[in-house]
Amino acid sequence: MILHSRIEVQDGGKHIRRVGQRVDDCQTALLAAGRILQFNDEEGIVRYIALPENLHPPQEGDILRIDLSAGTIGFLYRKASPHNALFITERCNSRCIMCSQPPRSIDDDYLIEEILEMLPLVSAETVEMGITGGEPTLLGEKLIQVIQSLKNNLPQTAVHMLTNGRAFKSQQWAKRIGDIQHQDLMLGIPVYSDIARLHDFIVQSQGAFDETIRGILNLASHDVPIEIRVVTHKQSLPRLRETALYIARNFPFVRQVALMGLELVGFARSNIDALWEEPCEYGDTLIEAVSELSCRGVKVLIFNHPLCVLPQKLWPYAVKSISDWKNVYIKECELCAVRERCGGLFASSEVRRPKGIKPFSEAPASPPQCPAFVTASL
Amino acid sequence: MNLNRTFLQPEKNSQPATLLPFRFVPLDELRYVAVNAGGEHIVTDRNAIESLIDGKLPVEHPQADDFEARHFLSREKTTIAMLASQIRTRLSGLPDFTGLHMFVVTLRCDHSCQYCQVSRVSEDRAAFDMTPETADAALAHVFKSPSPHIKIEFQGGETLLNFELIKYIIEKAMILGANRDIQFVIATNLGFIDEEIINYCRDKQVFFSVSLDGPAFLHDANRPRPGNDSHARVKNALHRVRNSLGVERVSALMTTTKLSLSYPKEIVDEYVSLGFDTIFLRPLSDYGFASRSRGKIGYQSNAFVDFFKVALDRVIKWNLKGTRIVEAYTHLLLRRILTSYPTGYVDLQSPSGMGIGALLYNYNGKVYTADEGRMLAEMGDDTFCIGHVNDDYGNLIHGSNLVPMLRESMVEAVPMCSDCAFNLYCGTDPLYHYRSQGDWVGHRPTSDFCFRNMEIIKHLICLLEDDRESREVLMSWMP
Repeated sequence: MILHSRIEVQDGGKHIRRVGQRVDDCQTALLAAGRILQFNDEEGIVRYIALPENLHPPQEGDILRIDLSAGTIGFLYRKASPHNALFITERCNSRCIMCSQPPRSIDDDYLIEEILEMLPLVSAETVEMGITGGEPTLLGEKLIQVIQSLKNNLPQTAVHMLTNGRAFKSQQWAKRIGDIQHQDLMLGIPVYSDIARLHDFIVQSQGAFDETIRGILNLASHDVPIEIRVVTHKQSLPRLRETALYIARNFPFVRQVALMGLELVGFARSNIDALWEEPCEYGDTLIEAVSELSCRGVKVLIFNHPLCVLPQKLWPYAVKSISDWKNVYIKECELCAVRERCGGLFASSEVRRPKGIKPFSEAPASPPQCPAFVTASL
Repeated sequence: MNLNRTFLQPEKNSQPATLLPFRFVPLDELRYVAVNAGGEHIVTDRNAIESLIDGKLPVEHPQADDFEARHFLSREKTTIAMLASQIRTRLSGLPDFTGLHMFVVTLRCDHSCQYCQVSRVSEDRAAFDMTPETADAALAHVFKSPSPHIKIEFQGGETLLNFELIKYIIEKAMILGANRDIQFVIATNLGFIDEEIINYCRDKQVFFSVSLDGPAFLHDANRPRPGNDSHARVKNALHRVRNSLGVERVSALMTTTKLSLSYPKEIVDEYVSLGFDTIFLRPLSDYGFASRSRGKIGYQSNAFVDFFKVALDRVIKWNLKGTRIVEAYTHLLLRRILTSYPTGYVDLQSPSGMGIGALLYNYNGKVYTADEGRMLAEMGDDTFCIGHVNDDYGNLIHGSNLVPMLRESMVEAVPMCSDCAFNLYCGTDPLYHYRSQGDWVGHRPTSDFCFRNMEIIKHLICLLEDDRESREVLMSWMP
């Protein structure tokens, strides 16, 4: 049995009431010393679960998944986190050489059922909700239901979905997404090269580039907001500037372009030698790519790069992009004067620390902006 | 490659590539520029172009991927869709129709500039001022245009000599165009500015456009007036207006005469020292008095191009030293070269912006396709008059020369323009060609307009290719 519970904290955290969709009659759960969860199961039997030591203490409004048969408990949603995402499937039709979440061909349809059940429990104050996978569009009609449910249950919440966009080669599919008229939905779609065979190699799938490009054009024709994502590594960097030019000339309608550093987990870790480049050595390439985009009025962001490995004129483009639960600052960061503005490192960076991590003794007066970096809007 | 063995290695190109339409032109002794159907360019050499056309460009050629990514070659079904989207974007301003509406509120003026042929030093208001009735009829045409952005520009003569009519038009336009984005610009020398005008213009968010030809000795030589103090008066009034309205509310325009040609740096420096962040290096228009006194103030186009290059270099130097100043014509061309976004400049688009981008309502009620049209009229040639403010709007547009003129002068069809590599960057100027060559199609090998734009576009492409510092400055002016 799997229960989804929204936690409501009373009495300063000593008593927790769980409001569950599938077990409405239960209602009081006691959290003894913060580590034991009491609840009634579907048959009304009182149950207790000792929360694992490593589990972050649940807060009011959080949603837990309790799987009695498997004996697991975990968070589906943390109200205080800005990085909540719906993990929709582990399946994918691409197999990117740097994938941080390697796909598995398993029957995981239960995931989306769970999501549809939990969405009505999510706080309406949630600022942003991600949709990720795997490839969410493999869920077909169910995905439409999820987005529709997000629209109905969370009218204030921005939704950001990561997809390879290939499914939208079908004009009809793009229209389905557009027709939902979600108030604030953006699709993050990867374009790893301006050359089909290089993109297809990086995603390990023949014909993927053509499908993704058609998808982007189709989505745009239905006014679906798009973010383009480019991961920077040894296979994409040689044409990063040309890729930026390609995006700016062909997709000037995109909301933003994210240039993203590698996260060294999953395939990125096993393929590290074919992928790793030192960020401090490709700064000039990043500058050129940023310049090609920003001079054409396309908003550009740099993800997953600590400030100390970036040229200072790129600092205005760097954002704190690493989700809180996998974000670390290391010993060198302790004394750094720009730590507050810096996105830090992936926890996984212990596999290979970028060269050049160093603290700044004082923050630069104003980030020096080269003339090519006047942020402009059309 | 050290990929985990379960991954596939990169493929070779499996599908044959299709050659797509493109145009090319020599850039200098060694290089060519090739431009695709959507306006993306690549600097290459003649051998590469020949092999490309013959279908023999080796895959290992260093630019082979670039030709593919910039849609000279296609292996993907999407290429045509993307080219179409680039062209559509370039023309996306057309449905808005006329955005710029010029009102000649008076011909009276205190200056007697050599390059102006319309202004009159006269006290006769009745003969040379626009009447409120004419203004009313013109305003009705302004708001027939579907454009959501309307710019009303007051032209003269010296416009401030008829400020009462300017106020009248602004008040009426704000009522008639309550649901539009309207901007008002007064072209003036500021000689007759007073507190009342300043206060009114501050409250109504009016912009000023002043003529400034360079340092005092040059400006005063180009723009004589009694007392020969034009420059000093502009400078003084500029200060007053900026203090009250803000620096950004006054822009300046310069005209290049024969005398100006010797002082490119001084002209740029004058703009910098007066705190302007834009300079527009404009050649002399070949009309009216400018045409009559051609021997005295006119010059060959290559002299202008040389002047332009030196002045632009000076502008770039100022930027590198930390003073931001943009050369407007360069900015316009860069936007056309580096992006597909539409630009609104009347003389640098196809179809021409005459009539469909700009209309001019003359003081006497006649309607012209452009500012220069009324100047030609003063020389006795009313070819560019498309009617009278009292005519029906549909008749102005469809019952005149306008449509044939636009259609026949489009670069897509004009001999030599139609296969020119730069035709998406350049534009058509039917009035210029009519005036200088006798018909609005014109003859490109002897056209100064063509020579000037070809040279300037090549110069800009060379700067982008060869000079990293200049490139950074130029790109910082975008989009």
